[in-house]
Amino acid sequence: MLDTGMDLDDISRLLVWTAVAIYALAFIAYAIDLGRRSDLAVQGKDAAVKREAVAVGVSAGAASAGHATPVGGIDEVRAQEAAAQADLEAPLGARKRYLWARIGTSLTWLGFLFHVGGDVLRGIAAGRVPWSNMYEFALTGTMLIVAVYLVVLFRYDLRFLGTFITGLVVVLLGGTVIWFYTAVLPLADPLKSVWLVIHVFVASLSTALFALAFALSVLQLMQSRREHFAIAAVGAGAAGSGAGSERRGLRFLRTLPSADVLESLAYRFTIIGFIFWTFTLIAGSIWANDAWGRYWGFDTKEVWTFVIWVLYAGYIHARATRGWRGTRSAWLSIVGFAAVMFNFTIVNMFFKGLHVYSGLE
Amino acid sequence: MSSSRSSSAPVEGTLRPADHADSAAPEPGDDRITQPQLGVIGWIRWGWRQLTSMRTALVLLLLLAVAAVPGSIVPQRSADPNGVSQYRVDNPDLFPVLDSLQLFDVYTSAWFSAIYILLFISLIGCVIPRTKHHWKALRARPPRTPARLSRLDDHVETVVALGEGEDAGVAAAAAIDLAQVQLRKAGYRVERYDGRGAVSVSAERGYLRETGNLVFHASLVGVLLAVGIGGGLTYTGQTVIVEGDSFANSLGLGYTSFNPGRFVDTEALSPYALTLDSFDVTYTPVGEAGQGQAGSFAANLTVREPGQEARAGVVRVNHPLEIGGDRVYLMGNGYAPTVTVRDPDGNVVFREDVEFLPSDTTMTSQGVIKVTDGLSDQLGLVGFFYPTAADLPSGALTSVFPDLMNPVMTLRVYAGDLGIDDGTPRNVYALDPTGMTQIAGPDAESPSLELEPGQTVDLPNGMGTITFEDATESGADEVVKRYVSLSVHRDVGAPWVLTFAVLALGGLLAALFVPRRRLWVKAVPVDDNAAGGAGGRAGALRIEYAGLARGEDPAIAVAVADLARDHGAAMGRNAATGQNATTGQNATNTTKVD
Repeated sequence: MLDTGMDLDDISRLLVWTAVAIYALAFIAYAIDLGRRSDLAVQGKDAAVKREAVAVGVSAGAASAGHATPVGGIDEVRAQEAAAQADLEAPLGARKRYLWARIGTSLTWLGFLFHVGGDVLRGIAAGRVPWSNMYEFALTGTMLIVAVYLVVLFRYDLRFLGTFITGLVVVLLGGTVIWFYTAVLPLADPLKSVWLVIHVFVASLSTALFALAFALSVLQLMQSRREHFAIAAVGAGAAGSGAGSERRGLRFLRTLPSADVLESLAYRFTIIGFIFWTFTLIAGSIWANDAWGRYWGFDTKEVWTFVIWVLYAGYIHARATRGWRGTRSAWLSIVGFAAVMFNFTIVNMFFKGLHVYSGLE
Repeated sequence: MSSSRSSSAPVEGTLRPADHADSAAPEPGDDRITQPQLGVIGWIRWGWRQLTSMRTALVLLLLLAVAAVPGSIVPQRSADPNGVSQYRVDNPDLFPVLDSLQLFDVYTSAWFSAIYILLFISLIGCVIPRTKHHWKALRARPPRTPARLSRLDDHVETVVALGEGEDAGVAAAAAIDLAQVQLRKAGYRVERYDGRGAVSVSAERGYLRETGNLVFHASLVGVLLAVGIGGGLTYTGQTVIVEGDSFANSLGLGYTSFNPGRFVDTEALSPYALTLDSFDVTYTPVGEAGQGQAGSFAANLTVREPGQEARAGVVRVNHPLEIGGDRVYLMGNGYAPTVTVRDPDGNVVFREDVEFLPSDTTMTSQGVIKVTDGLSDQLGLVGFFYPTAADLPSGALTSVFPDLMNPVMTLRVYAGDLGIDDGTPRNVYALDPTGMTQIAGPDAESPSLELEPGQTVDLPNGMGTITFEDATESGADEVVKRYVSLSVHRDVGAPWVLTFAVLALGGLLAALFVPRRRLWVKAVPVDDNAAGGAGGRAGALRIEYAGLARGEDPAIAVAVADLARDHGAAMGRNAATGQNATTGQNATNTTKVD
């Protein structure tokens, strides 16, 4: 080994800091992408209008003229959304070649490699799985958030979530390294269990899925608001007032699929996360029964795990309840993820209980 | 339920609460019709329907989540009794208010119980009729093919030209036969509906989805029952064993505390005895990261059960020892210095291994010795034990390492009345010095006594002597004996809770991921004019494929498209006309065919 005066853990931290920096760059690239893709959408629309005008000119008065829609009305919103849905589900090779999104994704991959390197080195330095105190858990948890995002990208073009994912990870990971860092210590006896590997890992995996679902639910609400204004504009009668609806909501929303599509995608991530969370609960109970002599004791962490489970159970129910599908269920998904973050940060740091493995003073 | 209202849609295959998103929407004005003329029975029925509705279940779920939160903020008697006592001291004014709201017993409180009991009643009220309905659906045949498949959202149509002289009816039947075989192979339940002018097969799959849903909800009831009933048959007991000593599993003999469930027969505990042969622990050495951290705890026991040879057993953290249906857990450990007190004539008046309670990670421990008889006065001694003693700048002692590197015991001595003769129960780990005089210690003329193992010092006022025995002289491994606190549990409900929880998880997987859907394939002979066919006298077949998702099914469109593709390929005729047909509203679906 090179005589750098650094041990594995120091190198691990260096890699993690590098990852944070690269993620920050990815965040910027993704943010530029969101800013620019709305312009692209506008240009695309203009081009389409021109094409249509040409077509109309050629086949003078052909039936296609009937396709003309009021500019900015709900029909146009729907058309944009249908196109966006096709983009969302397009296979890898047929995706829109948004330049800045591609830079963002490439940087995310690069940051992820450093992140994995840092995480693995920490594990080697500690001689065990790298998720047995708060620092390590945050390290691995954020890594899984990025991993799930990158894996999902193969299936859906969710690069519009890039800003959220990289932003979240920069904040969590940066905060982790600054505030939660703890030196490698021998494992406390209760943590020497196979369940540490399973229970904690699966818990962070579901956190990652809930994070994606949260972001989609937020976008769903924004898109739903935009659709609502567009419909209201049509209701108001004048086609001209439709132009006003264009200014409602952020412009990049034009490149996103409909609220319904965002919702069903959020739902799909949530149910996978919910399965993992249920498993986390069961595995945790089995472990608690071995370690503490009871499978359930309303320890603070157990309470919050339960609360989160019930919230997401409520979300899944809401999706199947008339009057609750859509906006209301989206709020439940947001509240659920807020509880997940609360459980990870506030409960770990300030609540008294048996899950005292944060390693923080 | 409301299935009769949806005229064109097929019959409901799943009985759901009326406000389920997949149930048919109530017609406007529906409420007005049912509102008047509610008798007692009517109101009860109305109330029951409200309770078992999705909306109520949802509200109860959210209430449950909210109601669980205070228990994580306010200390709970069940999880943290010391925290509750401390809370009372810290907030003397607030405590009675919170206590009257049962905030220290949230999870057994009336309001929390009300929420989950209502939730479970709602759940049962929903699940039972759905189970009945599903049972019928499981034995029913797939429903009749809708007259107009093109009205369904997921619909693909192809037109296949027939060969010269081919009989359209025979060809249609053959095409549907083929579809029937394919669908059955794909796991669908199939039923033929051949009628005038059209031959069709109706197929349904994914009954497992509703089965899983019902299993999940029923398993939750199972979990609740197992917890409730199991709790009544459960006991937990605590005991302390010093190295070399034994414990008998009997309520009168062994336990320092015992909490039986309501139905536990405390006279019939499994008869076994445990002897603590030794207690192992390792400490991270000085100079390494985490110095002094204790780990690898192991209580080495000898287990004796009636009619069996004594056997060795080890209790570790995460690895309880199973004996006769009980599980024995290692909860704590500490030092138990052996102390001997003699009267001025040298007669032993007290000799015990005194369990000292550790108060920090360096095992600075505190213990109490009570000498009731044999001396001129009763004596109470409050001891501090430092396994690795070091001087603080103030002159006081502290322990700097948890292992026995420089063991020292200091004792304050009180003389007088211990107050145990009048029958008042006293904590053996605490001394109430009321009515006693300190004769050695900071408030007395003599300083605290200080002893190392093997050392003997005089008690003040010539009352006698006290010895801190070197335990190795009586055969122990170390100069000071260790003790373990063990917790003995019997929980007959736990395996059932686990079984139901795993069932619930399995049910959940099926309920969320198995798609339930219906597919139809219909073949209709069309005359050559309409088909725009290959000319001559040959006719054509219009083959329609349609699907209906029952619940969340993101892949329904793909399933219909795949069916059309596979069936078309199997027929080997699609070259004649291709798969390009269908009308405007279904255009988005047809695009996925290719």
